[in-house]
Amino acid sequence: MGILEITAPTFEWLELSPLLTVLIGAVLGVVVEGLVPRAYRNLLQVAILVVTIFTAAGLLIVNWISARLGIFAMGALVLDGPAYVTWAAELLFGGLAILIFAERRAGQGASVFVAAAATVPGSKDERLANSIGREHTEVYSLALFSLSGMMVFAASNDLITMFIALEVMSLPLYLLSALARYRRLLSQEAALKYFLLGSFASAFFLFGIGLVYGFSGSLTLEGISSSITLSGTGRGLLLAGIVLLAVGLLFKIGAVPFQSWVPDVYTGAPTPVTGFMAIGVKFAAVMGLARVFFVALGGERWSWQPVLAVIAVLTMAVGAVLALTQTNIKRLLAYSAVSHAGFVLTAVVGANAFVPDGQINALGAISFYLIAYGFATVAAFGIVTLVRKGAGETLELGDWAGLGVREPVLAGAFAVALLSFAGIPLTAGFIGKWAVFSSAWSGGYAWLSIVGVGFSLIAAYLYLKVLVSMFFADPASSVSAVKPSLATWIPVIVGAIGSLVFGLFPGPLMDLLSHAEVFLR
Amino acid sequence: MTFPLLTFLGLLPLIGAAVLVLPVKEAGRAIGFTFALGTLAVVAAVVPLYLAGVELAVSIPWIPAFGATWALNLDGMGLAMVAMTATLVPVVMVAEWHIPERQGRWTGQAFFGLILFLEGLALLVFMAGDLLLFYLLFEATLIPMYFLIGGFGTGNRSKAAIKFLLFGLAGGLIMLVPVIGSGVIAAQELGAPTLALDALTGVLSGGNWGKALFICFLVAFILKAPMVPVHTWLPTAAESGTPGSTALMVGILDKLGTFGMIKICLMLFPNESRWAAPVMIALALVSIIYGALAAIGSKNLLRLVAYTSISHFGFMVLGIFTFTSVGIGGTMFYMLNHGFSTGALLLVLGFLISRRGSALVDDYGGVQKVAPVLSGALLLAGLTGLALPGMATFVSEFEVLAGAWSAFDIPWPAAIAALGTVLAAVYILLMYQRTMTGSVTEKVEQTVTADLTLRERIIGFGLSILLLVLGIFPQLILNFITPTAEGVTEVMSTHTGVWTIDDELQGDQIVTIYDDGTVVATPAKDQEAK
Repeated sequence: MGILEITAPTFEWLELSPLLTVLIGAVLGVVVEGLVPRAYRNLLQVAILVVTIFTAAGLLIVNWISARLGIFAMGALVLDGPAYVTWAAELLFGGLAILIFAERRAGQGASVFVAAAATVPGSKDERLANSIGREHTEVYSLALFSLSGMMVFAASNDLITMFIALEVMSLPLYLLSALARYRRLLSQEAALKYFLLGSFASAFFLFGIGLVYGFSGSLTLEGISSSITLSGTGRGLLLAGIVLLAVGLLFKIGAVPFQSWVPDVYTGAPTPVTGFMAIGVKFAAVMGLARVFFVALGGERWSWQPVLAVIAVLTMAVGAVLALTQTNIKRLLAYSAVSHAGFVLTAVVGANAFVPDGQINALGAISFYLIAYGFATVAAFGIVTLVRKGAGETLELGDWAGLGVREPVLAGAFAVALLSFAGIPLTAGFIGKWAVFSSAWSGGYAWLSIVGVGFSLIAAYLYLKVLVSMFFADPASSVSAVKPSLATWIPVIVGAIGSLVFGLFPGPLMDLLSHAEVFLR
Repeated sequence: MTFPLLTFLGLLPLIGAAVLVLPVKEAGRAIGFTFALGTLAVVAAVVPLYLAGVELAVSIPWIPAFGATWALNLDGMGLAMVAMTATLVPVVMVAEWHIPERQGRWTGQAFFGLILFLEGLALLVFMAGDLLLFYLLFEATLIPMYFLIGGFGTGNRSKAAIKFLLFGLAGGLIMLVPVIGSGVIAAQELGAPTLALDALTGVLSGGNWGKALFICFLVAFILKAPMVPVHTWLPTAAESGTPGSTALMVGILDKLGTFGMIKICLMLFPNESRWAAPVMIALALVSIIYGALAAIGSKNLLRLVAYTSISHFGFMVLGIFTFTSVGIGGTMFYMLNHGFSTGALLLVLGFLISRRGSALVDDYGGVQKVAPVLSGALLLAGLTGLALPGMATFVSEFEVLAGAWSAFDIPWPAAIAALGTVLAAVYILLMYQRTMTGSVTEKVEQTVTADLTLRERIIGFGLSILLLVLGIFPQLILNFITPTAEGVTEVMSTHTGVWTIDDELQGDQIVTIYDDGTVVATPAKDQEAK
């Protein structure tokens, strides 16, 4: 005795390699910032980004094919079908969205990020920073850190890991939101709002973890689940804990009544960052929400299903109706993001329903919906970056009138994205809506899918209105789209093509999802 | 693997539409017309194969997780509609050869391209054997029609186009709910996701959701087939569209309503259809009479034709909800005839309107003195519309009335519908009298200077003569329609246990005589409770 025994933690390097790759890429980015002269940084950062994403994706595919499923990292992470799907989607959409960071033609040779964030807007320093061409190239590694947080969040097996992932995911985003080159005050205000409200939400989440721990004595999802089935006392603690956990998670996905930050932050943040968080955070948060509610709280679903159903209805309603009144394209897309959170929640409500073999289950429906949403989002925000009036982006919808005549290809891609958002048949969005509404119906919430169809029509009207003005109105003067470089073209084209291909031939992806989508406990 | 003839048939016009997207300059119309003729030729090849009993159906898995398939097949009704569509499209193209072009993108080439797009979608939807496919195509037909009205119409065309689109989208949305629900329920009942129409027969009917699903489908089809009181979009759209596009809309697209009622409501929801029959028959009768009266009062020629169509759709719906093979077969034949007859009327009126530059009845008078051939063509087309004996339209209308007479214990529905045929004579002859006879007004003399050209004569008389031929030899069509109609009543009877024709009400009992000769008497109350 007396000898302190330390057991070395087991760590499955191979299984977790995709995640580690992203982290290494992010750290390398920091090293580059410290050691490499300014002139080479941007190029090097983009190279690191591309190599990181491709390496991670390659490792992920190899692992997936070799079916390396299980609970790893000493019980902290679970790699199951949904986790693989989320990781793949995060790498794809995150990679595409971060690639837009590199677009330099949009800002007259400079990136869309502020030259020096520490300068006071409108000050002499700011002009100086602009004139000597300073720029923040650490945005890439910030985004990669955030990406790693998203990946961990969706694969967490216990609530503490989940909380840390939540913070790793969010902190870089708070920073990135403040870095817009134009309308800097708006951007800083957005970042502050996001930070404050996000901290609140995190605190709620943490408090919820505490209460649930108080009830179950466990932090792992499986442990919570089994104590729900076994224990009969202390339900009040559990229910309060569920509410607080839900507040934290619903805040991240932008569901009503926690949606008020969405329009401000989406508008204020630099557009590529908006695109990145629109899809990255939403994907991770919805999958995380599904994991907590299905795996840990599945036994208590009679308590939370009705509440989530009401929240889904409110979210669809607020998102769709308020989007109708917007005249700013980013606010419009923000409210549309809110309504999409509502649509996808319908499938979360339809959880744990028995589905016949071969039919897609709720989780598969959720992931398909989010994938469809991801393609359209990447394309849409990529295009918003490009439409300009003078130096900055023009966000007034009126200025977008007649864009279809001037820029047929860009407007065509935007049209595809909007049609997919609207859920018009033959786009991926339609198949996604179909999938989530059938899941809700299968889960005994037929009324919810009927309400969902109704709000789809309101939302569809909105997107069609934008389309009609783009293609049938007279072109607005002094508005043009910059000729983008590959950094924007690739995401836009991939987004548009993905929206179409998975609308016409969703079969293979559906098959993949309906086989992959079972949570491992 | 055999040649996928039906897929080819549906895709051929779509390929034509895609070709017309290319800048082919002057050749656009000729190319479009060639594709339309090619499609007609393929249909001409399909008909003998169908009659010979060759298996044409295709079914390829499309989205296995939903049970959706690329399934195309033909029955007698589908074949009749396919044949009608493929015939009407080239006719409309010839009639609209000199469509006035607008600035920019609304060229004749675009018009022909949109027509081909529409034709391809319509052919596919009439052949669709899968609920999701049917829904998608049903919705997709709105797109080309929207542009045909909004781009090429007259008057307040963009407003009319939006009205058309909104009614269409509303119908489509109402239908999306039961399509999703049918998928879910079928998956639960059958143990595997499936949306094939054949497999769904008898699965959805009854049960908790049967009535709700059925009502949603029915409302969507009522909106499409326009019946009073949701008909208001049709006169507006007809008035603002070109005569050709209106002919396609009324002749082909609106048939999707009655087509869906038979193929989806009756076949998938037999019990619910029987349940809804009293309401549907009442609506049908209201449509027949209201449409006819409104046609008599119309001041605009295109509106007038639209209202006559509402009356005709009333007849078709009446025939469907008799649940007799005579009535349903009559409706199927009616659907074909109405496409040709209304097409003829609209296109001849189009020739007239293009000369005078006005569609108002009051702007005409004495046209037969300056353009006798035109007025002859109009009269002939009108006579097909009022179901003159000898015309095919007479056969179908007679069948519907006969079905209505035999189906109900009371003669009133048939009697009221028969009143509609009288009113039909009034609105057609009154229209003829007001525009063609009387003294030639000054304006007419100035504007209607030329009678029909050869191209216009072929169109003007061709369709009417076709209807005359079919009137004399209705067996040409009835041969393949009747078995399908009998199949529908068979499905209805099997699932509802009510054998319409043999049902007799004796006192307070319904006596049902089954095919095998067993006689079952049930109290009327029980029958209703079923």
